[in-house]
Amino acid sequence: MGKRDRLSGNEAVAVAMRQINPDVVAAFPITPSTEVPQYFAAFANDGLVDTEFVPVESEHSAMSACIGAEAAGARTMTATSANGLAYMWEMLYIAASSRLPIVLAAVNRALSGPINIHNDHSDTMGARDSGWVQLYGETNQEAYDNFIMAVKIAEHPDVCLPVMDCYDGFITSHSVEVIELLDDQDVKNFVGEYKPKAYLNNPNGKVSMGPLDMPAYYFEHKRQQAEAMKNAKRVILEVSEEFYKLTGRKYGLFEEYKMEDAEVAIVLLNSTAGTAKAVVDELRSKGVKAGLIKIRVFRPFPVDEIVAALKGLKAVAVMDKADGFNGAGGPLFTDITSALYGKADVKVINYIYGLGGRDVRTDDIEVVYDELLKIAETGSVKSVYNYLGIKE
Amino acid sequence: MKKINWDLNNISWKDITPGGIVEVPGSASDTITGEWRSDKPIWDKDKCKQCLICFPVCPDSSINVSEGKMVGIDYDHCKGCGICANQCPFGAIEMVREG
Amino acid sequence: MSKVVEIRWHGRGGQGAKTASLLLADAAFNTGKYIQGFPEYGPERMGAPITAYNRISDEPITVHSNIYEPGYVVVVDETLIDSVAVTAGLKDDGAIIVNTAKSPEEIAPKLRGYNGKVYTIDARKISVECLGKYFPNTPMLAATIKVTGVMDPDEFIKDMEASFKHKFASKPQVIEGNMKALKMSMEEVKGI
Repeated sequence: MGKRDRLSGNEAVAVAMRQINPDVVAAFPITPSTEVPQYFAAFANDGLVDTEFVPVESEHSAMSACIGAEAAGARTMTATSANGLAYMWEMLYIAASSRLPIVLAAVNRALSGPINIHNDHSDTMGARDSGWVQLYGETNQEAYDNFIMAVKIAEHPDVCLPVMDCYDGFITSHSVEVIELLDDQDVKNFVGEYKPKAYLNNPNGKVSMGPLDMPAYYFEHKRQQAEAMKNAKRVILEVSEEFYKLTGRKYGLFEEYKMEDAEVAIVLLNSTAGTAKAVVDELRSKGVKAGLIKIRVFRPFPVDEIVAALKGLKAVAVMDKADGFNGAGGPLFTDITSALYGKADVKVINYIYGLGGRDVRTDDIEVVYDELLKIAETGSVKSVYNYLGIKE
Repeated sequence: MKKINWDLNNISWKDITPGGIVEVPGSASDTITGEWRSDKPIWDKDKCKQCLICFPVCPDSSINVSEGKMVGIDYDHCKGCGICANQCPFGAIEMVREG
Repeated sequence: MSKVVEIRWHGRGGQGAKTASLLLADAAFNTGKYIQGFPEYGPERMGAPITAYNRISDEPITVHSNIYEPGYVVVVDETLIDSVAVTAGLKDDGAIIVNTAKSPEEIAPKLRGYNGKVYTIDARKISVECLGKYFPNTPMLAATIKVTGVMDPDEFIKDMEASFKHKFASKPQVIEGNMKALKMSMEEVKGI
């Protein structure tokens, strides 16, 4: 059975990495993800893993090394944040389009500038169209669990896509909390042995990878990649079900918190969901029918499931910890409203919040629910695109 | 494993390898590029002194060599660039119009 | 204890306030509680004012914001009282614990009208006496356990001894000094 422990999010993910015992880890340090390769390098140095640890000179090289290693047939992982993720940019696309199931701990931090080391989601939101599966987690536990599941989702023959395990910098990465760890052997059995179909170091079937793709084929390969992303939705649910049987911890495409009879709801990602749950509890104790949806799987986006969950609500607030700079709303808001288009008539407003580590308190979340209740009562929306906790 | 289908116009996205993996690497020789040629090198065996300068300068590996000797030209892959004729010190290769 | 106990630590970079908050989380964890221990990160440098937090509860904790209305405040460096609003949001039914050679009666008037309990402890004296060096976090941790009552003092002492024995297996004199500092701090912390 599992072991109760207290770890920071980064420690927990490094432990997951040790338990998975990947073939290659290539990484370059950047706050707040640095601790992941740092702890892991110690594991490697102490002989607790068989991994080839590759300390590279930049994130571009880190992802390049991961691509090379994964293409050679090695189970490969890395970690980064913010500008490190941005510096991996072109390689992220190459990893995804080459269908290489690399796993990346993406410790969310504001993308400069102005330069800032604190948490928001501008880094991974920027990578949302790169072709990576993106899982988001509220707590150390979820960051750890998602990391283990990520391996299996990524390597599934119907997927073969890289996966980002996204969790909040500092709030989750550096905060010590209670966590339930799996036994090493259970993790090993769960992820199994990596058996890629085609890989460069296969002596029985030499292949070439990463070829020039002319107009005659390129589009078809992109279509294939899109299909893999669609398949990922089913595979994520299958892997999560298997994980549930092992641990008793249930994961879906998103978490519905007190949504059964909810009239108003907030939709958001990561650690702020926990703070918002405390507000939902408080409102419920006063008889207010408030609920919450925490997106776990952002790529692929659970379009139909979200429509079903939001249909019939009187008012919904989508909270984005990254601005879209399209003059109209954040990235999660855009996806939610486009999912609802033509399928459900729900009043949806958007709040940009917590940029650059602006702390989000229960009081802030109360402001959002108050606004939703006003909309539910009057049926009119004052403003769609809003900023929460900004100094006016 | 699927057989390579060289008909580029009729392959469904469902039937190509993921990520464009090339399952038969080093397969360039299976593609006939000799059709691209408008000038053709003609080798005169009698003038040839077997210096083999033509061999390294050919960009398409189309000088056939056997047991250290030039034995002919691979017209399936020669594109007719004429470098061999230009470089031959003995005038043993002459370019002529195709067709 | 059904409510969440919230503690805010004020220290200076390098004094171990963050470590103290993690040690407290550790100790409470070992008694089966749900815990959070987290620092508020800034551009930390040696000597810069820093803040760290603890939440301790019998129930799972979901809130992930900083703490604005703490039940307890621990001030690891008394010079911070003049430069940082250490009692901001501190509940009157809570308490503040200050590392100082002064008495609670001398400290209380400096706390910007705070009406709750004031405790003081001379962590410097205890640390130097027991450990030969100035490490304020061990004495402050013990005083905090005593004042907050988040866990049984005897259980805490036993737990810390086991943890020190594990950590400093090759340096028994360090274990002895630390244990002495913990016990002395619990006895010497005094309040009004």
